[in-house]
Amino acid sequence: MTSADYEPASLPDLLPLYYRRLFPFSQYYRWLNYGGVQKNYFQHREFSFTLKDDIYVRYQSFSTQNELEKEMQKMNPYKIDIGAVYSHRPNQHNTVKSGTFQALEKELVFDIDMTDYDDVRSCCSAADICPKCWTLMTIAIRILDRALREDFGFRHLLWVYSGRRGVHCWVCDEAARKLSVAARSAVAEYLSLVKGGEETVRKVVLSDPIHPFIRESLAVVERYFPQYALQDQGVLGHKESVDKVLALVPEDILFMEQIGGGPYYDYTVHIQCQYNMPLSYLLSQSTVKKGQHFEKEIMLQYCYPRLDVNVSKGVNHLLKSPFSVHPKTGRISVPIDFKQLDRFDPFDVPTISRICEELDRPRVGEEEEQVDSKEKDGDMDAVERRRIRDYKRTSLAKYVKILDQFLDGVARSNKGELLKKSDLQKDF
Amino acid sequence: MQFPGRQRKVIANPKAELYRHCLQFYGQPPLENISLTEFETFAVERLKLLKTVENLGVSHVKGSELYTNKLDKEFSNLHFPYKIEVKDDAKVGPTEYEKRRKDHISHFILRLAYCQTEDLRRWFIQQEVDLFRYRFNALASTYKTSFLQHNNLHYDTVGLEEKMVLSDKLISSSYAVSGCKVEDQDYYKVPFQDALDLVRNRKVYLKAGYVYIPNQDIIITVLNDFRTQLSKALALTARSLPTVLSDERLQPLLSHLSHAYVGQDYSIQKSIGKISLEQIDPLSGKSFPLCMRQLHQSLRESHHLRHGGRMQYGLFLKGIGLTLDQALQFWRSEFTKGKVDMDKFDKAYAYSIRHMFGKEGKRTDYTPYSCMKVILSNPPSQGDHHGCPFRHSDAELLKQKLQSYKVSPSGIAQILDLVKGMHYQLACQKYFELTHNIEDSGFSLNHPNQYFLESQKLLGGAREVKREADPPQRAPDAAVKQPPNPQPLAEMTEDLDAYFQDG
Repeated sequence: MTSADYEPASLPDLLPLYYRRLFPFSQYYRWLNYGGVQKNYFQHREFSFTLKDDIYVRYQSFSTQNELEKEMQKMNPYKIDIGAVYSHRPNQHNTVKSGTFQALEKELVFDIDMTDYDDVRSCCSAADICPKCWTLMTIAIRILDRALREDFGFRHLLWVYSGRRGVHCWVCDEAARKLSVAARSAVAEYLSLVKGGEETVRKVVLSDPIHPFIRESLAVVERYFPQYALQDQGVLGHKESVDKVLALVPEDILFMEQIGGGPYYDYTVHIQCQYNMPLSYLLSQSTVKKGQHFEKEIMLQYCYPRLDVNVSKGVNHLLKSPFSVHPKTGRISVPIDFKQLDRFDPFDVPTISRICEELDRPRVGEEEEQVDSKEKDGDMDAVERRRIRDYKRTSLAKYVKILDQFLDGVARSNKGELLKKSDLQKDF
Repeated sequence: MQFPGRQRKVIANPKAELYRHCLQFYGQPPLENISLTEFETFAVERLKLLKTVENLGVSHVKGSELYTNKLDKEFSNLHFPYKIEVKDDAKVGPTEYEKRRKDHISHFILRLAYCQTEDLRRWFIQQEVDLFRYRFNALASTYKTSFLQHNNLHYDTVGLEEKMVLSDKLISSSYAVSGCKVEDQDYYKVPFQDALDLVRNRKVYLKAGYVYIPNQDIIITVLNDFRTQLSKALALTARSLPTVLSDERLQPLLSHLSHAYVGQDYSIQKSIGKISLEQIDPLSGKSFPLCMRQLHQSLRESHHLRHGGRMQYGLFLKGIGLTLDQALQFWRSEFTKGKVDMDKFDKAYAYSIRHMFGKEGKRTDYTPYSCMKVILSNPPSQGDHHGCPFRHSDAELLKQKLQSYKVSPSGIAQILDLVKGMHYQLACQKYFELTHNIEDSGFSLNHPNQYFLESQKLLGGAREVKREADPPQRAPDAAVKQPPNPQPLAEMTEDLDAYFQDG
């Protein structure tokens, strides 16, 4: 994937500007502080910076938003990762007795990476993405978002574009942050359907009865499958890829088709000429034995989200922070608006060079007016005010707004928490 | 705070009230005085029961008919309460009340014996949980409900209206339920964190963070509670143990009880020096279990093993009798044939070998890994050769390996069947029988070093190695045949040893 206006070599020059004038520190702090419901929640959080030449600095932690700002403006990290909330300040982890420094809480996170789909996409491979395969991420977000909300009852889900080839999900509910390792792995396994590595051909195996979760997920896949798999990816368009599909069809069904439909190649042509029909319809024309779900399994194998389970399991696992820059593409890791998910275009996500350029453009009157009433609150210092004016002038603005809206939702829950706490205290 | 209340209740109520239910959560410790003899008998018999639970769990599918039948038998042999019986009905043998009392007291005695180390606790919890599962499943459904009530395990039941709305989803969520009507079926609604096993395998309907558990699966949640409570209780017991152990009548018995689990840990130092380095190659072919043979082979081939392999193999070698000096010499000579020079070996590897022998760091004298440990913890990843070949190899590779070791095709098929059924230790035992040309090995395999000793015993090569690897507590065989020992304690523990030898 090319981002015409970005040169990796220019990153060291752009980062100082980005962290000084554009990075949304105030929202960032507001997020990780969670309304101050729990003491030292922000102060005990691990940050880790990747500096020039892949120098990796772990266990950074900060007392205040100001301290975080100062440090980031000093270090100008190429990449920022967020870790767990620990029992002690992470930057003092060496000073406490070994064994007592422990990761206590973290958002429940999910990491979906396009490289894991290489065996089922024909357009690109490895780190490359294109509009044709991005649909996979859309499907993944729809399926997981629904399940996390409806099945698990979580409410605060922040979806983030990783900056290159995948998406992350941060589940920020208090209950999610407190989940044990065992619970996280149970959730991740509940959500995983595609299993097995290079040695496994059939990676999805369904059994009767089909669980409601799988049904719901199938409904999403079915909606995208004809356009995505049959049209865009041409899954049934070439002999090679047809063979790949047929390898997933049980032997006895293939056999029956061959007798009825003539020689092997006719069979594939037969599918080809009707490829505007759902695959399920085509393949189920033969007498599908009850209890076999091969057409569903095929669709799921091609489209179902492939999670990196290990990232979700560990409480202390690090994940790239939102609004960190991807050093290779220069794109900012931005929140995704779920309401406009189908319109999200990774190629439209601003690069660091683009927003820095936008900053240099002469101001236009109407943009100035848009600076909202918040600013008039007078609570913020001059630097903060200027930073708001700065990012509002760039294409970063709409993504910061998504984070703002998300945080408003979290704040409503936090307020409830705080009330509950103070109520409890009055009891005594 | 609770003490007065509790005591009053015991005094106020008749005996039967104390054990109203045949199964219990062991929430309250027994408060009566019991004789030392009873103390011993109870403890030893429960230990036998737990040992049976363990053995059956390894060789049979838990909950299968065979498993239940055999456990049923053991229960009635050892007089533990296992099914609802009418109390007045007791004709011969102990009454139901006595059985329940024994169940109660013996559980708490073993808590004392099994709270001291992580290993002991894990073993005890595992067996008690399996035992509880079996007993709970054997209850009639009305008793299950009354048990839950009695123990304050309140799970919200789902109302008829909600059930009807979710009907389709409830039916398609649980294999067990399909076929019967949702309205006749009781469902419980609990937070998903309390039924992770059901969530993980998608065996339950999940909505808004709650799982809807059909009546028959509630056992999972109950077990979850049982395990958590037991684990907490053991941690507390461990703290107050020093007081108990200061009683010199109890100290030897408790320590013997805890040593008795899985027989022995194969760390006994007396076998040391019985093996020369030249013997290792021939022994690896004849008497090493497959996991160690595999490690030995890859060590000889690549002149290196990664950490997991060095630990698993190094401790095994220590267990069969290598001294620290021999071990250093062995690893050094092999590693320096590869990419590691003398200097690097001494800097990077010698430390960890001395560590294994308890000469560095915490100075823990590490014990060889048991089969359970090899199978369950630290699975091998890229570049690793450790683990259990029956658990961690692809079926095809395992087959090739067995072929190259000249195992017959029918033998290979039997082994692969066991592997498929996840009976890895039985598969290994089958491998033992096939490679030693015997019908029935007559022991139950749970330790690589046990494999080695049994093999040596059969091959008649090192009879004295076997003898000296026995626990020191065990007196010579002759002692058992001597006239009745005046000390009941010694007799009882002799008995126990004999039991585990047979196990």
